[in-house]
Order: sequence, then structure tokens, then C-alpha cells
Amino acid sequence: MMKKNMKKTISKNVKSNIITFGIAAAAFIFVQILIATGSLSSLMQGLMVPLCTYVILAVSLNLTVGILGELSLGHAGFMCVGAFASAFFSRCVEDTMTNSLVRFILALLIGAVAAAIFGVIIGIPVLRLRGDYLAIVTLAFGEIIKNIVNVMYVGRDSNGFHFSMKDAVSMDMEPDGDIIINGAQGINGIPNDSTFIIGFILVIITLIIVINLVNSRTGRAVMAIRDNRIAAESVGINITKYKMMAFVISAALAGIGGVLYAHNLSTLTALPKNFGYNMSIMILVFVVLGGIGSIRGSMISAVILTLLPELLRGLNDYRMLIYAIVLILMMLFNWSPKAKELRSRFSLKNLFAKNKSAKEAE
Amino acid sequence: MKLKKILSLCLAGAMVLSLAACGSKDSGSSDNASADNGAQASSDAQVFKIGSIGPTTGGAAIYGNAVKSAIEIAVDEVNAAGGINGYQVECNFQDDEHDAEKSVNAYNTLKDWGMQILVGTVTSKPCEAVVEKTSADNMFQITPSATSVNSIQHENAFRMCFSDPNQGTESANYIADNSLATKISVIYDSSDTYSSGIYTQFAATAKERGLEIVTADAFTADSNTDFSVQIQKAKDAGADLLFLPIYYSQAALILQQADKIGYDPVFFGVDGMDGILSVENFDTTLAEGLIFLTPFAATAEDDLTQNFVKAYEAKCGETPNQFAADAYDCVYVLKMAIEKAGVTPDMSVSDICEALKPVMGEISYTGLTGQDISWTAEGEPSKAPIVVKIVNGAYELQ
Repeated sequence: MMKKNMKKTISKNVKSNIITFGIAAAAFIFVQILIATGSLSSLMQGLMVPLCTYVILAVSLNLTVGILGELSLGHAGFMCVGAFASAFFSRCVEDTMTNSLVRFILALLIGAVAAAIFGVIIGIPVLRLRGDYLAIVTLAFGEIIKNIVNVMYVGRDSNGFHFSMKDAVSMDMEPDGDIIINGAQGINGIPNDSTFIIGFILVIITLIIVINLVNSRTGRAVMAIRDNRIAAESVGINITKYKMMAFVISAALAGIGGVLYAHNLSTLTALPKNFGYNMSIMILVFVVLGGIGSIRGSMISAVILTLLPELLRGLNDYRMLIYAIVLILMMLFNWSPKAKELRSRFSLKNLFAKNKSAKEAE
Repeated sequence: MKLKKILSLCLAGAMVLSLAACGSKDSGSSDNASADNGAQASSDAQVFKIGSIGPTTGGAAIYGNAVKSAIEIAVDEVNAAGGINGYQVECNFQDDEHDAEKSVNAYNTLKDWGMQILVGTVTSKPCEAVVEKTSADNMFQITPSATSVNSIQHENAFRMCFSDPNQGTESANYIADNSLATKISVIYDSSDTYSSGIYTQFAATAKERGLEIVTADAFTADSNTDFSVQIQKAKDAGADLLFLPIYYSQAALILQQADKIGYDPVFFGVDGMDGILSVENFDTTLAEGLIFLTPFAATAEDDLTQNFVKAYEAKCGETPNQFAADAYDCVYVLKMAIEKAGVTPDMSVSDICEALKPVMGEISYTGLTGQDISWTAEGEPSKAPIVVKIVNGAYELQ
């Protein structure tokens, strides 16, 4: 009996995972067909890489919020670290390394490692805190990162690298010098290495990492901590280790999202809009709307909510207003108890089940 | 468990295969697709389709809205006067929220609409991202107000306004030539490309000209309401001129706060200062003696300016700022260039660009923001900034 149940839950898991990957693959193939037949608008083609970026960010934040059960409001900070570290690298080796694929893979590694290092630095003190305190510290972290990047000046000339926290003039560079990070003006001329194919592969890698983690021994330990910390501790789970692991993986994946973001546009600045509090909240909205802990949900809601403001362009001035209203309606539809009840009554599953029972009755 | 692993491996394998299959075809076919789109758009169009991008929502919305209204006024005028080369002009303005990513989205939206020429983008940073795309598509671009050097780094892009370094140099030279001050303090917005770009060049030129900068303090978009620390520092250092390469909304606050602590140096601004007299609840007597550079003064008495100001006030109910004036000029520059090059709407985007590029070096344009403006191959206009001083609540040319 026990065994049967186990088998059932495992196969349910597998089924759910197949659906998740299936949706991603189907979407990818569908888009590729559209591109091949030339029926995809330039807007949609341009949106493909950002979509991949936001899916990665949403899925990785879900690891912290949904699986680890900690509220993080500084996800954009990790994205910022990954973006700037990798963009800095790409700018430096742009002339010497002409193979864009190799360069981009190295940039990805650098971005992920840099974000992971910051994840460790933040995680050591912060994961000892619980509840609101973690949210506050991560919120502060995101803002600090943004502000540090905004006062960083790094240049390179024949004498090597120059660094200043004041302004570009005080670096005292040779006239042939090249300013790589120009304070608030950010980094310019980043090679456009992000492509939809690479973005899609990264989405799949992210999904594999997160889904495997969730269904592994480690993932069960992490979820045990989430559900009851004291009980988990009493059965000998090393709380700090598992919390750190989940948090750092989440940060590294956010870094990868940042790399993809940075190499999609040729210019990169740390504005409140793209790496500040707003972005962190936006990613959190993806996660909450898609369902906390539901990987597939994060993926779908990230896609829908990124597409929505672009598809509403026809409404001109009312665009942002309608976007907000749609957000509220979607939240109600997904999570209010009445709507849930309504949905379960008219769901496909029930419909099939009814048909079946009706047939059996005959 | 094992079953799951095998399955996921198979799935991953299948995906990689499908990727490879699709991937090899992808690059070629998408190029074809976009070329097809371009051809279709230009073949059925018998109007010039001019697109524009700028922020109409968010913190920078006033600039985007000004450009939008001015372009609409100019296009309506052009159409009423028979269009360009006999063809009517259609314009479409898309919001970018002052964000590079959204700006590229807006650009792609306009491309789907069939845009042939881009007037934009309004703000510098988004423009740097968009110029990469227009360069790849070889689309002609003229920006009314993106001032940073990299905003027009490709040869298909031109601008109507001054560049940041240009303003920094001009300001320092003007101060040195007229020996306005010996000790200078600067307050600038380090989170803004425009402001820090001007400051960097100003500092370099000031050094050359022997001007002493005693304090240079920055604020950011997050802390742009309280400037008392920066002002106090400038006062303590004994600066007799305060250089403010920032927009007027913050400058108005600085003037108020400096007045509160009884600090009254010479205030010197750049073109972002235009509009300070129309700030709500601002005591305009504080702005007395303020000197700044501007390409456009709404109080100028020539017919062109007066007509534009009247049309703009009728449409929007406010006095146009320099963004609006630059955008208005952009449309007329395009008209002049198109007429000279003999471009017709049935030409492809790339052909239009190729035809217009050489012409831009030849034309000489007189409009709202300058006399006999010509363009270099880099896309910079040859405009001398007008220096104005506020006297008795009105601009006085210096």
C-alpha cells in the first residue's frame, strides 16, 4: 500500500515535470516555426530574450520564496551583480576574444559566480534572520548594490586599470584610455551576444537545476526547514547549510538572468527602474501571481506579465492603468477562494471525470 | 526515481536536437522575414511614416510629452501645407518609460507599423540602445534631445540638440571669458547621463582655463529633494558661482534652499534650466540673475517662434520648452532633407537612409533653435548656444 502510494506520487511528480518542460519546449518550437515562416513581428522577436531573462529570474526567485520560504526583496541586486560583472568582462575581452559564443559562455560563468559570491556574503549574516528581517536586509542590499555601481568608475589605458569612486576625471588616465564603467552612465558598447537560442537553453538549464533540486534529498531538507524549522533541526538537518545552498543557487541563477539582460542591449545602467526595488518587486509579482512554489506558474506568469504591457500599446495613455487592473483581476481569478471553487467546478479534469462516470453509469 | 531521471534526460536530449535543427535555419530565415516585412511596408505606403519614441509615463514624462505634442504640431502643419514632396506624413509616438529595454520594444513596435524614419529617442540612455538597432537596420534617425555622445555613435544617426561635452565646454568658456567667477561649486546628478556628462567635460575645460572648482557634489535620483548639505559645502568653500548642470525642477529647489541659508552666488545653468519660470509654487524672484545656456527661448519675438508657441499653447495649455522646440525643428529638418534628396515613400528604409545621409552634410537649416544649422558627418549640429539671463522675470539675451 505504502509502496503504491509512493509510486503514485513519484509518477505525479514526473508528469508535472514533463508538463513544465513540455510547455517550454512547445513554446520554443512554436516561436521557431513562426520565425521560420516570417509571421512573427519584430516586436515579438525583440521580446524573446527579455522573456527568457524574466523566466529565469522568476524561477530562481521561486527557489528562495517558494521552496526555501524566505521573502527576498533584493533579487534585482543579484541580477545587477551578474549583469555588471559579465558586461565588464565582455567589454575587456571584446577585442581579443572574437568568438562570441565562447565569450558569452565565459561571461555567463563570471556573472553566475559573481552573483553567487554576493549570495554567500549576504547569506552568512542574513539567513540567521527570520521573516521580515530577511526581507528588509535583502531590500537594502539591492539598493546598496545599485548605488555602489552608480559611483564606480573603471577605466583602462596603456598603464593598466584605473579605479575611482569619485568621477571619471580623477582617474587620471592617458588620453588613449577607455572608460569601461562610467559611473551612473554605466557600461557602453557591450557586444550583443544574447540570442533566443541561448536564452532558451538557459531557461531549460534553470528549470533542470531547480526542479531537480526540489525533488532531491536536498530539496526535501530545504522544504522541511520551510515547513517546520524546529522539527527539521531535531532530525539533524543542518539548517544553515541547506538554507545557504538554496539561497546561493537562487542568487547565481539571478546572475545568469542578469548576464542575459546585459548582453541583449548594448548599454547598461543601474537605474531604479531596471535594477532597483521596482524590479525586485516585479519579479516577486511574477512569483506570487504564478503561485508560490509552483515553478511552472512562475514561468507562465513571467511570460504573460512581460508581454502584457507591450501588447497593450494600442491603448496609448491608458496602457499602464489597464496593466494594473489586469494584474488585480488575474490575482483575484487565481487566488480568491470563490474563483478557485468556480474553476474547480468547470475544470477540464472534472469535465473528463464526469464524462467517465456518466459513461460508466450507462 | 530512476524512471524520472531517464525521462528528463530523454527530454533534454530531444530538446537539444530540436534546438540544433531549428537553430541552424534560424538566423537566415529571420533575416529574410524582416526584409520581407520592410518591403511590404514600403510598397503599400504612399505616406511617409515617421516614428518617434520617448517617455510619456514615469518620471521623465514631461520631456516625452513635449516632444510628442511638438511633432504632432509640426506634422499637422506640414500636411496642411501639402506634405513633403507631395506625400502626406503620418507619425506614431511610442512610450518607452525612459528605459532602454522598453525603448527597444517600442522601436520594434514601430518597425511593425512600417516606420521609415525615426525621430528619437527623447532621452539619452534609451537612445544608446536604440541606435544600435537602427544602425543594424540602416534606418535614418534624428534625435531631438538625446545629448550623450554615444546616442548617435553610428553614421545613420543625427541630433538636433547640443551634445553634453559641447555644453560643458561652452559653459566653462563663457564663465572664463566673462570672468564671472574664480571659485566654482558644482552640484550635479550623478545618476543622470546628461548631468554627469556635462559635469565631466566642464571639469576638464575648467581645468584648462584655470577656473578653480572648489566643491563638486553629486546627488542621485533617489535623493533629489534636499540639497542643504551640498549648498552649505559650497557656501563654506566660498564659491562665488554655483554651476548647476541639472534639470529645472531640482534647480528650483536648490535656489529656494540657497535663499533660506542666505547664500547668493551667481547661478549658472545649462539647457535643462529652461522652464524654471513655469515651476508651480516657485518664487520667480529667486531666479533673478540666473544665467543659463539654451537653444530656444519661448519669448523670442520672431514669427516662427511666436507661431509655434501659440500653436503649442493652444494644444497643450503650456509654454513649450526646448525639448518641444527641438522636436519641432526635427520634423522640418527632415522635410528639408527629404525634399533635397528627392526621397519618396516607396523607397525601402535602407535606401531612404542612404539618400538622406549625404544630404544632411549639405543642408543649412534655420529654425526655432538656431540659425544656419549644419551637420557634421558624425551627426552633430553646428549650433551656438544662446546665453540668457533672467531679468525681471523674463529671459534677456546676453
